[in-house]
Amino acid sequence: MNLLEVRNLVTAYGSIEALHGISLDVADGEIVALLGANGAGKTTALRTISGLLRPRSGEVWFAGARIDRRPAHDIVRLGLTHVPEGRWIFSLMTVDENLRLGAYAEPRVPQAALDRVFTLFPRLRERRAQVAGTLSGGEQQMLAIARALMTRPRLLLLDEPSMGLAPVLVRLIIQTIAEINRDGTTVLIVEQNASAALRLARRAYVLENGRVALEGPSADLAKNERVRQAYLGVGAPLRAQG
Amino acid sequence: MTVALQQLVNGLTVGSFYALIALGYTMVYGIIRLINFAHGDIYAVGAFLGLSTYGLLRLLHVDNPILTTLLGLVVSMGCTGLLGMLVYRVAYRPLLHARLSILISAIGASLTLEYGLFLIYSPSFLVYPHLFDTPGMSLGDISVSGLQIIIFVSGLVLMAALYLIVHRTKIGMAMRALAINQDAARLMGIDVNRVVALTFFLGSTLAAFAGVLTGLYYSQISFLMGFLIGLKAFTAAVLGGIGNIPGAVVGGFLLGVLEGLAAGYFSSRWKDVVAFGILIVILVVRPRGLLGERVVERM
Ligand SMILES: Nc1ncnc2c1ncn2[C@@H]1O[C@H](COP(=O)(O)OP(=O)(O)O)[C@@H](O)[C@H]1O
Ligand SMILES: [Mg+2]
Repeated sequence: MNLLEVRNLVTAYGSIEALHGISLDVADGEIVALLGANGAGKTTALRTISGLLRPRSGEVWFAGARIDRRPAHDIVRLGLTHVPEGRWIFSLMTVDENLRLGAYAEPRVPQAALDRVFTLFPRLRERRAQVAGTLSGGEQQMLAIARALMTRPRLLLLDEPSMGLAPVLVRLIIQTIAEINRDGTTVLIVEQNASAALRLARRAYVLENGRVALEGPSADLAKNERVRQAYLGVGAPLRAQG
Repeated sequence: MTVALQQLVNGLTVGSFYALIALGYTMVYGIIRLINFAHGDIYAVGAFLGLSTYGLLRLLHVDNPILTTLLGLVVSMGCTGLLGMLVYRVAYRPLLHARLSILISAIGASLTLEYGLFLIYSPSFLVYPHLFDTPGMSLGDISVSGLQIIIFVSGLVLMAALYLIVHRTKIGMAMRALAINQDAARLMGIDVNRVVALTFFLGSTLAAFAGVLTGLYYSQISFLMGFLIGLKAFTAAVLGGIGNIPGAVVGGFLLGVLEGLAAGYFSSRWKDVVAFGILIVILVVRPRGLLGERVVERM
């Protein structure tokens, strides 16, 4: 049984359908990438899985439990945590408060989780008392991931964690995600930087217009002519990369 | 000068009521961007429930004035707090994504409470018990009654308690988080509806506290008593910067004192005109209120 199973998921904004029935699986311990052009439906897919959006039809199963009708605050308690696109840190609150909010479901802040987060992101320890909105973009992304780790997730959904970051920070974030995965957290990552995502992930899905267009091991997809042209910027691009 | 000081005392008393009520408006606005038009009527219900509690205690022959006062406050605050949660659950929660309908729903909730009081209690004024004569103070020509001191001091204590809840407790942290980004709060495992309901509870208890003390201070209450004071407290919240807790306190006291001074130097018939004229000038200069910064993120 897979840790996450998504079956024929249909999600709409009002009368406009953004996902037309996608299915995907993530096995325990894997890193899986979700690729696709701007507007393909990647964010919508993650938001539906984490419970921020209600699907019109289809099913989401996590660790053997059906979760597509559950509210978001319940789903995170089951061990599925979503690091949203745009980070959504609590900008007027301190780094420390942001991290403590990650541990909201627990009676007290778990010291082990806090230690692990500060080992992964030593910079956050230095900035504990700082107001989160004054952090640099890279630090804010670190905080978004760190805050999610405070929920002690089994599965981490990451939506474009490298967006807007300088190349050196992109590398740092990607390395950290690999490290988080080595420690036992399963990862489903949406990434604009398709080459980095394909190197990081074992398998990948390619979304096009709300449908899964391709899927397979990363190595195979990296060789696929369509993927190379559309997402890896090799040869004549079929469409502009957003 | 005597007039000014005497009106300052009166203004701080009335300002305590405004501030306590304004906190309810500002907290609800701060977290769900809703003007709870029924909040003034929640305050009125608080006053009536206090009166009922006093009547009940008299039937039970409890006549220690301090015990009676405290029980009246506690029972009224608890029940009114629950009523505030009920209003949220019934009138607002189903409509949170319909901005215009929720406004209509707020007006409906307000009228329901007003005419509920009208039907259950009385269409005319009701007399509040005169529980005790607290010795006042006279400083020259200025008199300060014991009740005025109690209102001002206990009001400040409750305001400070609210501030501590919001800034020092876990639930307060959740309230601030969801004021900044509701979906992000949900992703942290925060049950947004519970936290919003609790916010309604807290705001309603403060309004009920003000309601009972208003009854004791003015000796009479009526089913429409929440209408004008609700508007004024809402104004105080906007004046301080809506969504901002210290702002509601500053706005409430400022409005009370301005009104007091206007009543002292012009006439009580002109006090609203003068006070609101000054408010308009302040808001023209500072459209976001005295302590308001941006429209979001300010608890
Ligand atoms: N809040 C929204 N309201 C209406 N349509 C939306 C909303 N968010 C996204 N969409 C639409 O849904 C489709 C998928 O968007 P999204 O999931 O954000 O794509 P991606 O993350 O792959 O860029 C797009 O056509 C987008 O315009
Ligand atoms: Mg997206």
